[in-house]
Amino acid sequence: MPILEVEGLSKYFGGLAALNDVNLSIQEGEIRGIIGPNGAGKTTLFNVISGVYRPSSGQIRYQGKTRIDGLSSSRIAGMGVVRTFQRTALYHHFSVLKNVIVARHLHAKENIFRVISGLAKKTEEKNTEKALEIVEFMGLGHLKEELAENLPHGHQRALGVAIAIACEPKVLLLDEPLTGMTPTEKDRMIDLIRKVHQQGITILMVEHDMRSVMELCGYISVLDFGMLLVEGPPAEIQNNEMVINAYLGTEDILSASTSA
Amino acid sequence: MSSHSMKKYKIGGLAPLILVLSGLCLVPFFLRAYLVEVAMMYFIYIILAQSYRLIVTVHDWQLYHIVLYGVGAYTSGMLAKNLGVPVFVAIPLGGAMAGLVGMAITLPLLRTKGWGFYIATYGLAELIRLTWLKFRNPFGGSTGIIDIPWPPVIAGIDFSDRIPYYFFSLGVMLLVMLMLYRIEKSRIGDSFKAISMDPELAASTGINIPRHRLMACSIGGFFAGVAGGLLVHRLGAVDPKLFNITTTLYLLIWVVVGGTNTFWGPIIGVSVMHTLFELSRPLIEIRPMFFGLSMVLVLIFLPGGLEGLISKAITRLQKRDRVAPVET
Repeated sequence: MPILEVEGLSKYFGGLAALNDVNLSIQEGEIRGIIGPNGAGKTTLFNVISGVYRPSSGQIRYQGKTRIDGLSSSRIAGMGVVRTFQRTALYHHFSVLKNVIVARHLHAKENIFRVISGLAKKTEEKNTEKALEIVEFMGLGHLKEELAENLPHGHQRALGVAIAIACEPKVLLLDEPLTGMTPTEKDRMIDLIRKVHQQGITILMVEHDMRSVMELCGYISVLDFGMLLVEGPPAEIQNNEMVINAYLGTEDILSASTSA
Repeated sequence: MSSHSMKKYKIGGLAPLILVLSGLCLVPFFLRAYLVEVAMMYFIYIILAQSYRLIVTVHDWQLYHIVLYGVGAYTSGMLAKNLGVPVFVAIPLGGAMAGLVGMAITLPLLRTKGWGFYIATYGLAELIRLTWLKFRNPFGGSTGIIDIPWPPVIAGIDFSDRIPYYFFSLGVMLLVMLMLYRIEKSRIGDSFKAISMDPELAASTGINIPRHRLMACSIGGFFAGVAGGLLVHRLGAVDPKLFNITTTLYLLIWVVVGGTNTFWGPIIGVSVMHTLFELSRPLIEIRPMFFGLSMVLVLIFLPGGLEGLISKAITRLQKRDRVAPVET
């Protein structure tokens, strides 16, 4: 059963169609890769799904018939569709643990009267415990007291994913999780994404690193000029004539990285 | 850090607090009357500055805080005078009214942020202040309202006397500080800061930003209103001049000079700047210039405020302390 369906989705900025009649159907439990050249509309797609932008037209349905298009980011996150950012989005002045604790907002259900009366302390202990678990799970346990701004890039990206996981999503949108990483950091992140996936979380992933996309994703959708160019399993995609043309000049990267 | 030195710093943190508190309890018995009145103003201003900081943590530097202080003063004063509501009931009701007005002002402005928000808040604040000025009935126009009831005698203590009212306002200030401190240390306080650090990220984790901004503005407004109630039942009168833009500027000066990064910044700001204010009475003509300049200088040279300076000094001292035990 598809957990997320995108139907006829368009997003115009002025006269420019950043997304043009895109259709996607994401099955529960899959890792879906979204690839395409720069400016193909991948991040716009994530921004529309996660509620940062309102679509110009089209529908986004979650878990069958719930429409989430046009809802606010926080509502959509509350329903279980959570995204990470292409930029390294963190609370830089908070510790690693605090970053994750704050991201437990949806499951904390705190209110001002419980806070002022001091009742909140007990429930917060449980939240802190859960946050610690997530921090350990993401391999950041030894850094939990460190300020987020002091972490090396790879760990910062892992913390970005930890923040998203803390929301206990059903669908996780990863926007270029491997950006700017060293090969070791990449390997670690790929393992992490697998581990997250094993928790039963459906993953949508925008990524430029072809080797990793081919390795991780069971199915790939290719965007070009805001339109869905082609979809299929990795083996089909990397030999597809249209995809190679869209990546004109990067043909080598596609074949070289998979043979490596 | 060893557990031994941890303990030392913990006591080091509590000792000054106890010292200050006992000092505050002794002070009214030794000061002359005028200075006790001044001390009460410190308490009121600390409530104002600290409740304002709560709103600043969400990054909403609204400019209606002083007017909400006025809403609290007018509401509490009028409830007590016109409806005979007991003073100690009227004060929290004034706070509630200020909180509601704060919410009502913020609600239509939630679509704005940054400069647009600041300016719009000033516009609506002036609207309220001008209402007091233009409507003689029931607000008394530019002369305001006089003969506002004094606090009652409870258990033989006459709270309209200077020293009992000093302890009453000290108690209210400490209570407000405790509540604000709990908010500061709670998840809600963290969410406020998260919103100001990265609103997009905060929203992506399900934090409803408009709701939190509204919450900060109304909680802050509530405490500003309580401060207004404390003021009006000491002065026995209220008029619109008390809540004009000059007072707003002083609030900004306290908060900016003290710093907003930690809970203690506004307290430092009020303590230092209001002391300078009182000391500079002989120089009354050039005082506003001096205060404006001090704010600009702090913004340029001490962006973290005085609090930043102090915490830097403390870290330096601790570092020096920390090295020593390792060597022995």
